[in-house]
Amino acid sequence: MAARHKSVETKYYEMRDKLITSLPRLDRRDFFKVMGATGMAAAIKGLFPPHSFQLLEVANAMPLPAKGDAVEKFTFAYISDSHLYEEKLNDQFIRAIMRGIDDVNRLDPQPDFVLFGGDLAQLGQAAELEIGAQLLKEVKAPIKMMVGEHDWYLDMGAKWKELFGEPNYSFDHKGVHFVVLNSVVEKDFWTARGLTPMERMKTVAGLDNSAQSAFEVGEVQRMWMQQDLAKVDKSTPVIVFSHSPLYKYYRNWNFWTDDADEVQALLRPFEHVTVIHGHTHQVLTNRIDNMHFHGVLSTAWPWPYAPEGLPKYTVQMSRANPFDPQDACGTGQVTVNTDGLCDMVYNLWDRNPMHVRASYLKSMGKKDKPEAPTFSSY
Amino acid sequence: MKRPIALLSLACLAGGFLLLRMEAQEASHHHALPPGYTQGSGEILLCDGATRVMIPPNQVFDRETAQKYSDELMELWMQKHPEKEWIMAAAAPAPSPAPTPQKPKEPGKEKATQFEIYNDFSDRDQRIWQEEYDKFVAEGNRIFHNAEAFGGTVGISCDMCHPNGANTHAETYPKYQVQIQRVVLLRDMINWCLEHPTKAKPLADDDPRLRAMEAYIMAQRAGKTMAPNKH
Ligand code: HEC
Repeated sequence: MAARHKSVETKYYEMRDKLITSLPRLDRRDFFKVMGATGMAAAIKGLFPPHSFQLLEVANAMPLPAKGDAVEKFTFAYISDSHLYEEKLNDQFIRAIMRGIDDVNRLDPQPDFVLFGGDLAQLGQAAELEIGAQLLKEVKAPIKMMVGEHDWYLDMGAKWKELFGEPNYSFDHKGVHFVVLNSVVEKDFWTARGLTPMERMKTVAGLDNSAQSAFEVGEVQRMWMQQDLAKVDKSTPVIVFSHSPLYKYYRNWNFWTDDADEVQALLRPFEHVTVIHGHTHQVLTNRIDNMHFHGVLSTAWPWPYAPEGLPKYTVQMSRANPFDPQDACGTGQVTVNTDGLCDMVYNLWDRNPMHVRASYLKSMGKKDKPEAPTFSSY
Repeated sequence: MKRPIALLSLACLAGGFLLLRMEAQEASHHHALPPGYTQGSGEILLCDGATRVMIPPNQVFDRETAQKYSDELMELWMQKHPEKEWIMAAAAPAPSPAPTPQKPKEPGKEKATQFEIYNDFSDRDQRIWQEEYDKFVAEGNRIFHNAEAFGGTVGISCDMCHPNGANTHAETYPKYQVQIQRVVLLRDMINWCLEHPTKAKPLADDDPRLRAMEAYIMAQRAGKTMAPNKH
């Protein structure tokens, strides 16, 4: 998020982080001394507010891993696909994202950051994006923004970029290299047909509207990605955030990235790669060689599973109950293990959470299979 | 005295034929000619009984002239009809295949049975049925994808949760819906979704929009085995 949209809390935690990291790093012996002093505190951790100072200091007492070093286990959370309209037209999706924000703010301990998985707005309108930016200020942890097609195709990303910056970027966190992509680039289908910006937007917004092109990352971004990854040691875990799944699931609904093969080729040399994506509004699990893929939930509405192409590792979430408008929606947490692979918690509202563990995909589906749904799709 | 001289079929319009009636205006001492008309001119009247064009005296009617007058009439007619685009679209590709050759009858059975007559439809018939069906389903498709068309008030259309009609399970009706506490038909569930997720008013059972959406949903589930009361 652009600096001016950081919440008061985010700014406060950033300042505090800065202060803590500016203190001389504790060696191992000092670390244990701190541990001793804070042992009691750690034991009664539950009684402390989520950001208990002691806990953070303990975490920071460990040496930060250099590139290629073991990863420090950590968690992040996600909120995704809120599809906001202006409040005067529809306040239901606004209430839903607020519920999502409450979810992540209540997490204890707090996640290191919160991924917003794209499709903040429904029709890419300035007012919709602004409401979204405003609401996301309430998130206590720092936010990592990702763009979706619903944010983009009214003004080709102008407003989104003004609010949140460039849609593709990378960063390192606790030994993991993160790459954030704009995977919803479409070939120009509108000029020849003389569509207005709103007609273009509505065409892309229609999931089953076959008048649009297929999503892709595109050559420009692939080149950027190649350069970015060239600096990264092959043993460093890589986590990619993309709005669309970076593989080919179902073309008709753009549950698909057209240049997925090319993007995967860039990721293949790495030992452990995880792709976390939005767009599909469902529990979705896939593995292709060294790459693990996880879809995330939407706060607005769930999508049915596509009639074909479902990856074999996916254990479906239960069919949604239409009588509960927030059923099969939700948010989630991701625990990044020391090998960089992820344990997913699907925090389905009004239901038990679903767990998709890294061990399930690592064992090619043999271990820790998620529980089958009570109501599968047909 | 009026003397009909030609009956031209022009274009297949929304399943029916648009007929042209050409009437010669005979010189009459009792009636004044309309402005612009001269002695001996005729006019072509569209089957709507209102749209007409004038024809100069002694006009020779070859194929081209006939086309010219029919175009002119259509142009006039369309200017009067705001819904012309829809009607144009409906009129566009009219099936007019050559008549199907009759199946040769088995010797001694020349006389058709009642069943054979009933069953004796041509490719042309089938194409017309297909076209009519497609039109109905397409209208349902349009409404399903457009909140304004069915009266949704929160910007939510059916395709947002049911892309290509997914998860509408038309083949499972009638079935008992626990939350409605009775056995419902497909259209009742459509109406439920209209009222709730899309915040529209429920539609009457014979409302053309409800009928069209029902057709669209069933078309999406073509080939599924009927499974009433499946949950
Ligand atoms: C916000 C999401 C949402 C919207 C919008 C929505 N529905 Fe639904 N609808 C559902 C869900 C969820 C179900 C349950 C699906 C299932 O059982 O798998 C459902 C069920 C149905 C069913 C019955 C399916 C069954 O299995 O018995 C029909 C028919 C239906 N919807 C039609 C419509 C129509 C028509 C519209 C537009 C007027 C619409 N829906 C709009 C969410 C929605």
